[in-house]
Amino acid sequence: MTSESTMDTAVWVYAVCAEDLPPSTEERLTGVDGEDVRMVTTGAVTAVVGSVRLDRFGEETLRRRLNDLDQLEEIARAHHRIIEFVGHAQPVLPARLATVYADDSGVVAMLERGRESLESALASVTGREEWGVKIYRRSDPSADSPSSSESAPISGREYLRLRKAAVTAKQATIESAMRAAEEAHRMLATVAVDVRQHRPQHKQLSGDPRPMVLNGAYLVEQERAADFIRTVDELASQYPQLALTLTGPWPPYSFQAGDAVIQHITQEPA
Amino acid sequence: MTVDPDRGRAPQHSAAPSQSTNLGDILERVLDRGLVIVGDIRISLLDIELLTVKLRLLIASVDTAQQLGIDWWRHDPWLTNQQPPAPLEEGDRIQQIGARAERVPVERP
Repeated sequence: MTSESTMDTAVWVYAVCAEDLPPSTEERLTGVDGEDVRMVTTGAVTAVVGSVRLDRFGEETLRRRLNDLDQLEEIARAHHRIIEFVGHAQPVLPARLATVYADDSGVVAMLERGRESLESALASVTGREEWGVKIYRRSDPSADSPSSSESAPISGREYLRLRKAAVTAKQATIESAMRAAEEAHRMLATVAVDVRQHRPQHKQLSGDPRPMVLNGAYLVEQERAADFIRTVDELASQYPQLALTLTGPWPPYSFQAGDAVIQHITQEPA
Repeated sequence: MTVDPDRGRAPQHSAAPSQSTNLGDILERVLDRGLVIVGDIRISLLDIELLTVKLRLLIASVDTAQQLGIDWWRHDPWLTNQQPPAPLEEGDRIQQIGARAERVPVERP
């Protein structure tokens, strides 16, 4: 990549918003490279950007750094933090991580080309926030082993019968939890204007030993946030076999419409 | 009460850094969601797609990633300080197929 040798910095894009309105904060707002975050605007739409050093954010270096989880975490959190700041002041379209231009003129050209779709995408998230609900299945200890009350020795045939009954019971517990989770998702959807289902996270990613059965994202009108939170609480009481965790409000990461210029990442059907 | 507010809920409209937010939740969103804009510098989609696929494999199943020879996470304390991968459950098998399918386009030159 020849440009890396001729340029010192590149322009990292955090988000697109409407107003050229610097986020108000007492502290200095710094981005992924510790740089000052600034706005590039065409008047109609505005990009939130920062100038990053190419020796740290050039193609090869960045690729390597993103594959190191500690550095990925640092960059991802800094990126997310800027998007949150902007989102507190106005509707925001979060840019996916590592959207980088050679200079501001490329950003301006992108904003001009994508103006219509950016404006309509901004309109679709205005006054709305994303909430995340992860639903876990609580384990049912009684289904894990044959009844322990039978202390007397039992025949092999009797053991197999009990064992089979236990497996059947466990399967029924799992299926019941899946149905309950789907029903909870439907109830949450009635309070939301749009929904997405992310793939349930593996235990090592969620950090929770319980199996995750549903990982939902919900776009909710700001004035209905309290309704949404109450619905989560009610569902938690209604379905004792499930544990629900609520995150948010998030910038509307999961609800991006797009076209050729602003492409929506290809994803599995929800 | 089964909602765990302290686990995931960030302070609402707080300007404080969201350091407490679960990293998996952030990665899921900044890598896999969000506006995709064509940038100038090609750090870009292919490399990030690769990373995204790796992350997706992780989300689907660590065992699957292992079988496919992807072990970048193995040396990361963030992942390895927890218990070893659980055996595959039915859902993982289904996701395994999805993970394989997702990987195919990336492998093409």
